[in-house]
Amino acid sequence: MSKKSDQPSMDRRQFIGGTVAAAGAVTIAPGVILHAVAGSNEQTEGASSEHRWGMVIDANKCADGCSACVDACNNEHELTDLGRPETDAAWIRTVKLKDKQTGNISRLPVMCQHCEHPPCVDVCPTNASFKRVDGVVLVDRHRCIGCRYCMMACPYKARSFIHEALTDQSVYAPRGKGCVESCTLCVHRIDEGVMQTACQEACDKAGHGAILFGDLKDPNSEISQVLKKYNSVQIRGDLELNTGVRYRNL
Amino acid sequence: MRSSLISNRYLIVLLAALLLSATQLFAGSAFVTKGSKAASLDSCVAPTDVMRRNHMDFLQHGRDDTVIDGIRGLDYSLSECVDCHAATDVSGKSMPVDAEGQFCQECHGYVAVSPACFQCHRTTPDAKANKYGNHSDKSFLVGPVSQPAGIQRD
Amino acid sequence: MSKMYYRELYCGSPTRFWAGLALLGTIIAIGLGAAYYMEHQGHWVTGMSNQIVWGLPHVFAIFLIVAASGALNVASIGSVFGGPLYKPLGRYSGLLAIGLLAGGLMVLVLDLGRPDRLIVAMTEYNFKSIFAWNVILYSGFFAIVGVYLWTMMDRSVSKFNRPVGFVAFFWRIALTTGTGSIFGFLVAREAYDAAIMAPMFVIMSFSYGLAFFIITLIAAYIWGDREIGDLRLTRLKNLLGVFVGAVLYFALAYNLTNLYITQHHGIESFILLNGGVYTQMFWIGQVLIGSILPLFLIYSPAFDKSRWAIAAASVAVLIGGFFQIYVIVIGGQAYPMNLFPGKEVVESGFFDGVVASYTPTFPEAALGVAGIAVALAMVAVGARVFKVFPETLEDPND
Repeated sequence: MSKKSDQPSMDRRQFIGGTVAAAGAVTIAPGVILHAVAGSNEQTEGASSEHRWGMVIDANKCADGCSACVDACNNEHELTDLGRPETDAAWIRTVKLKDKQTGNISRLPVMCQHCEHPPCVDVCPTNASFKRVDGVVLVDRHRCIGCRYCMMACPYKARSFIHEALTDQSVYAPRGKGCVESCTLCVHRIDEGVMQTACQEACDKAGHGAILFGDLKDPNSEISQVLKKYNSVQIRGDLELNTGVRYRNL
Repeated sequence: MRSSLISNRYLIVLLAALLLSATQLFAGSAFVTKGSKAASLDSCVAPTDVMRRNHMDFLQHGRDDTVIDGIRGLDYSLSECVDCHAATDVSGKSMPVDAEGQFCQECHGYVAVSPACFQCHRTTPDAKANKYGNHSDKSFLVGPVSQPAGIQRD
Repeated sequence: MSKMYYRELYCGSPTRFWAGLALLGTIIAIGLGAAYYMEHQGHWVTGMSNQIVWGLPHVFAIFLIVAASGALNVASIGSVFGGPLYKPLGRYSGLLAIGLLAGGLMVLVLDLGRPDRLIVAMTEYNFKSIFAWNVILYSGFFAIVGVYLWTMMDRSVSKFNRPVGFVAFFWRIALTTGTGSIFGFLVAREAYDAAIMAPMFVIMSFSYGLAFFIITLIAAYIWGDREIGDLRLTRLKNLLGVFVGAVLYFALAYNLTNLYITQHHGIESFILLNGGVYTQMFWIGQVLIGSILPLFLIYSPAFDKSRWAIAAASVAVLIGGFFQIYVIVIGGQAYPMNLFPGKEVVESGFFDGVVASYTPTFPEAALGVAGIAVALAMVAVGARVFKVFPETLEDPND
């Protein structure tokens, strides 16, 4: 991908700069090309359509009163609690349900469901809301104008608008006032080859193991095996959005 | 026609004078902020004049690579700008690069350009950074990634 | 038919004109200050939240945008459908449409999370998004109505009046369809999952736009000490009556459809029975003030040619219309989305299953009112600068 530049060519500028500098009898240190700093991190390959990342969540294993996944997500992405629940960001939340007919109680975490056909992407006027080739639904905050139409369209209430100026964001989750955001499926971990989301890590550490992240396109992955073996559902499956997050025992 | 030529000539002289003074201004000052990692290095990831002129294009290119295509660890990355160019105060605490007198603000204030980067990106090095950068070290995870220890899936 | 002369509208007293303009300017300045405050602090200072993402500014904006396209109707009747009595009103119709749209768009844009990125909205289009289409429809409306006004005001290009009028008419139908479709295709929300929204918004625009037109026309002719005949006002009044009835009919059809669909019973009982403030706004605001009262004022023989009744009916239509949009925009969001059919939400970390509360704040209202002030100020200045109003609108003799 080449980037258009409105700048004149460097050679010409270096010539002029050098001439002027010489005329002014100023010594400029010679430009030494060094990649001393670059390369401390090797460049990763990027998202690939060979994968589709998703999760399966076992509602039976989601323990009452536990908030490990929510805390871990907030910590991972530096989602600060400003004590204003109506406007504070919530990328993942726990919901406790009671069947109206039978009285059966279930509990589950809900986050962005990473749909194959995401309504938020359809309605976004500027293409800021987009789906990566590996199925992760994200907001490009460089393009988001803060119109909140995606929040109107999302069937899962998965998105939050940032209602105030922020500082000290996580380097993995740049976020700021006036843009919309949601669960990124810990895309910074995926890109570095870490096959575990923060919420799964926390849920496993707490000993519940309700959340399993993995590649839905790989038939041998653990998640594919689990989904093949056991019945699972999508939230609002009637909308035919083909979500990347599935639930068991719901 | 003639008069416009004359005024053009004046303009050129004026611009040359301005350029000269600007060159001297920057030649006299340090390129980097004292007390930052960058101060101890010979050069940025590209020659200084290239960086000065094109850093915004490098960053804009890189942001799409990372956000849309998921490519991390690019040579030109904003977080590395911050890591390298943030100075520390006497107590050893990092100072925001967009604060008055700090690396980014010093130039952008001079040319009256307001960088929008820091409305979302952090302005100091992140203590948690490189948690995932080193691909081999995944010791922070519980057990092997594919099958966490002691977790029964079904 | 006698020849029409148009003349710039000069107010009887210059003090009144400048004082009026200063008042509007003050309202606009307060609104802009409020917008700056909201943007600078972030939206937490408003009543809006992650549950009610569109608030009072959107109600004002949508109200003004819808009214804008309807205000153009009078011009369309004159030049497209050949109504000679309406023809002299065409210029003002176009001017009012531009003013109302400008006011509405100002409110909409200043409530964005990042209004500084308006250029992104102008250059990046996702053609699957109705919002992106609306950006084109709204900007195109300015251009087309501008040209339309030109063909009405400049004799040398008047032969293009009719074709341009046609384009403007279809464009304005598209514009309101687009605005209504913002709410028509949100499958997840029970209040909005209805294609009838698009035609309903079209008919709402007819009604609100005409009401705005009548009330400002009467005000302008009082302001400028000019005459306006009963014949035209009665025509406009009768037309308004038809539109008000049509809006009521569409509201009935929309609610009846939802009442049939079991899945939508929740939202229906919320709006019609137990939604608190939204139920009151629907019955008292939309139905009583916005429909029944104006229909009575328009069709009761007791108020035959009463200007007071016509003006009151127009104001009632506008108040009712405002409440109607409030119920659609905010009531529709306040009712919780049903993520888990058949289940009751016992606990949630993010307000699932509960009616969202929304209390508008002063800055939001100030921004919205400033939108109306922008529209009126543009009309006041436009009518003063251009030959918009006929010198007299007395009834023709023949």
